[in-house]
Amino acid sequence: MEVRVRVFRFNPEIDRRPRYDVFTVEAEPMDRVLDLLEYIRGDIDGTLSFRRSCGHGICGSDAMRINGRNMLACKALVKNFETNEITVEPLLGLRVLKDLIVDMEPFFEHYRSVLPYLINDEPLPEDGRERLQSPAERERFDDTTKCILCAACTTSCPSFWADGHYVGPAAIVNAHRFIFDSRDRAAAQRLEILNQQMGVWRCRTAFNCTEACPREIKVTQAIAEVKRAIQTGRLD
Amino acid sequence: MVHTHTYDVIVVGGGGAGLMAALYASKRARTAVISKLYPTRSHTGTAQGGIGAALGNLEEDHWEWHAFDTVKGSDYLGDQDAIEFMCREAIQAVYDLEHMGLPFSRTPQGRIDQRFFGGHTNNMTGKPVRRSCYAADRTGHMILQTLYQQCIKNGIRFFDEFQVMDLLLQNGAVAGVVAVELATGDLHVFHSKAVVFATGGHGRMWEVTSNAYAYTGDGVAVTLRRGIPAEDMEFFQFHPTGIYKLGILITEAVRGEGGVLINGQGERFMERYAPRIKDLASRDVVSRAIYLEIKEGRGVNGKNYLYLDVRPETVNYYAEKDGRTRPDGSPYRVTAEEILAKIPDITDFCRTYLGVDPVKDLIPIQPTAHYAMGGIPTNKYAEVVIDSRNTVLPGLYAAGECACVSVHGANRLGTNSLVDLVVFGKYAGIKAAEYANGVDFQPLPEDPTDFTRQQIEALRHGDGREKASQIGRELRHLMFDKVGVFRTEEGLQEAVEKIKELRERFRHVRVSDSGRAFNTELLNTWELGNLLDLALVTAVSALERKESRGAHAREDYPKRDDENWLKHTLAWLDGDRVHLDYKPVVITQYTPKERVY
Ligand SMILES: Cc1cc2nc3c(=O)[nH]c(=O)nc-3n(C[C@H](O)[C@H](O)[C@H](O)COP(=O)(O)OP(=O)(O)OC[C@H]3O[C@@H](n4cnc5c(N)ncnc54)[C@H](O)[C@@H]3O)c2cc1C
Ligand code: SF4
Ligand code: FES
Repeated sequence: MEVRVRVFRFNPEIDRRPRYDVFTVEAEPMDRVLDLLEYIRGDIDGTLSFRRSCGHGICGSDAMRINGRNMLACKALVKNFETNEITVEPLLGLRVLKDLIVDMEPFFEHYRSVLPYLINDEPLPEDGRERLQSPAERERFDDTTKCILCAACTTSCPSFWADGHYVGPAAIVNAHRFIFDSRDRAAAQRLEILNQQMGVWRCRTAFNCTEACPREIKVTQAIAEVKRAIQTGRLD
Repeated sequence: MVHTHTYDVIVVGGGGAGLMAALYASKRARTAVISKLYPTRSHTGTAQGGIGAALGNLEEDHWEWHAFDTVKGSDYLGDQDAIEFMCREAIQAVYDLEHMGLPFSRTPQGRIDQRFFGGHTNNMTGKPVRRSCYAADRTGHMILQTLYQQCIKNGIRFFDEFQVMDLLLQNGAVAGVVAVELATGDLHVFHSKAVVFATGGHGRMWEVTSNAYAYTGDGVAVTLRRGIPAEDMEFFQFHPTGIYKLGILITEAVRGEGGVLINGQGERFMERYAPRIKDLASRDVVSRAIYLEIKEGRGVNGKNYLYLDVRPETVNYYAEKDGRTRPDGSPYRVTAEEILAKIPDITDFCRTYLGVDPVKDLIPIQPTAHYAMGGIPTNKYAEVVIDSRNTVLPGLYAAGECACVSVHGANRLGTNSLVDLVVFGKYAGIKAAEYANGVDFQPLPEDPTDFTRQQIEALRHGDGREKASQIGRELRHLMFDKVGVFRTEEGLQEAVEKIKELRERFRHVRVSDSGRAFNTELLNTWELGNLLDLALVTAVSALERKESRGAHAREDYPKRDDENWLKHTLAWLDGDRVHLDYKPVVITQYTPKERVY
């Protein structure tokens, strides 16, 4: 089948404003949008720039707006669109560096701000082996360990569009992953950070993040659990 | 514009091996990591099944058994001193990861859970043993995230989206590297005492592959161009279960949980090829079995694929037949829910890319290019060694998939790459810092970016008669066809000639993007050049090795030949010519035996 791919183009070195280029390509229903972009870059227009690596939804490189919704180009199959016209644009809310490539640094800065690492200064088990954790304790934060830092959630959030200082859903997801880990000891510190003006209370429960997440993380629920922990001071 | 930075230790690569090296080097020396991808995009994140270590959390196990299985899996080409070192260190490495916060799946007692994996056995009974420590089917993701988190905690300096294109050597020792900053196109010189390469594999030269686009062998290509040999490049692993046509990996853990391979006639054919451990035989054995089934017309509907079947009724049927039990001795029986809980990501891949549900439908699979056993030669301390006498190149280290220690020999066991990268990544970091603290900086060459600029100019000024994308397609097709699971003298000859032609045609390619910011066309084209170099070395090494061993299966020399070929290949690339030399395998206590599963 023939697919018309409309691609957002912008090269700050030469362009004053963005434009859309249209490429007509032959595609199979099972092709990924990433396959189409690869074909365009390889065989039609080498100047097209986008990020990608794994090609199967694990590395988080190629989150972009496809027909208006945030997705990974490598998980968006041609057959899943109702039309033969596919519009591909960069994520919103982050500065465009070239074509589909945005500046991820503000996103990572928010991520780093929530202390996204295990904090536990207690002595390790004397036998030198693993700390114990029951399957139920492990299950408690399983959902938020899946995050691949693709930014699809944060850049779909109206609160983040309104103010880029908001830490955003992805940072909260990663804070959640440690707050509810029975081995961690710094939940209070993280909750304090997230209780600040640019923390969880900016979330207006728009649910865009949950819909956007390619890892099917229940992002809104994770945010709600963090809010509840702040309010009740309890981690259950 | 050229920028210059100075560090004691430069780590090239932000995957598992690179981050591990950085964590340990930075304890004692000024360290920075250069990575062409954001570190969390590295391929380590896609590893699914687990990391092997004889913790013995569920049943008796010993690192010596792990070592023997690895030696046997390697078809006796692995260096046994390094293998023993790795398997012993693996246990502490896994505990270290847990202490860093890695969320392993747990046993009811709260210990790290372990599962079956191909080639890992109880050495007394020969039956599969639970040795693979895992976090659902996203172990690699958890390792990469955990290590990156630790790097943040420890304030490691990163140069993200910088691509290293050259290694600087002075007076026979390391002086640094040169990289392009993707965002600006600027060149950066990193003046350093030590350099650790941790750039991953090169599986993008095959048509059907589980490997990321970024897997273009940059580290091996850069060192080859500086006169450092590549070791055992003819050994490249084809994983038996890639999703048909797409190559996306379906982890061996699916078979570890009881899934079986079924041919077009509905037969569980692995019973014929590996009567004892069947579907859990070594990867090379299973991949060849699949090929033979297809060749003999037992593919599905006469096509070149078979089925992986993990539907609970099938799993339970064969578990009963095999007399498989749980750790407590009760019969092994599973429900659809239990299977789905163990392989959530695989389920998602099947639904997304095939539209099938693994607990209700059969999964079409074919072997997929997966893992480079060969690479930059090192010893067990991750020091790069540059000849058959194992002479160390001062200041140069390599770890992870780009390195060849060699612990995987002719065929890697599942779960052993993650072990390799945490153990040797750690030692690369420790040794690099130790070295840096004991020496002065080598002076930089007069014009340090000279060779990098030459490489870039060549790509910008070809006459444009050839297209990189076309050359890439032809290369991948050729390699899958002639330098794949089975090989012949004729096919390899043809491959060598054709690769030379492709390399010649590559000189006519011209990069059309003249911009500086994120010129991905330039970098992808350079990467294709790397693949072409590595393909030539691979094909020549394979042509010369006149025996079958592990992943290198010659139809014309079907037997292993220890008398003549129990040795590692070293290959140097000089223009269009590949020079070969060989070095002995280190044998400690396991004398080579025939390999039966
Ligand atoms: C789908 C899949 C599943 C797997 N499952 C398992 C498993 O269950 N168990 C197991 O043991 N192994 C598994 N493996 C193998 C294992 O994951 C890899 O071999 C291993 O993760 C490689 O790690 P690494 O650190 O060497 O490289 P990577 O993690 O790939 O890191 C390479 C790094 O080098 C950087 N880099 C590359 N070139 C350059 C350059 N020119 N300049 C700067 N930076 C550069 C990249 O940015 C990246 O950060 C699997 C592999 C795949 C593909
Ligand atoms: S929570 Fe989901 S959408 Fe957000 S960064 Fe993580 S994986 Fe991406
Ligand atoms: S390319 Fe890795 S997530 Fe899409």
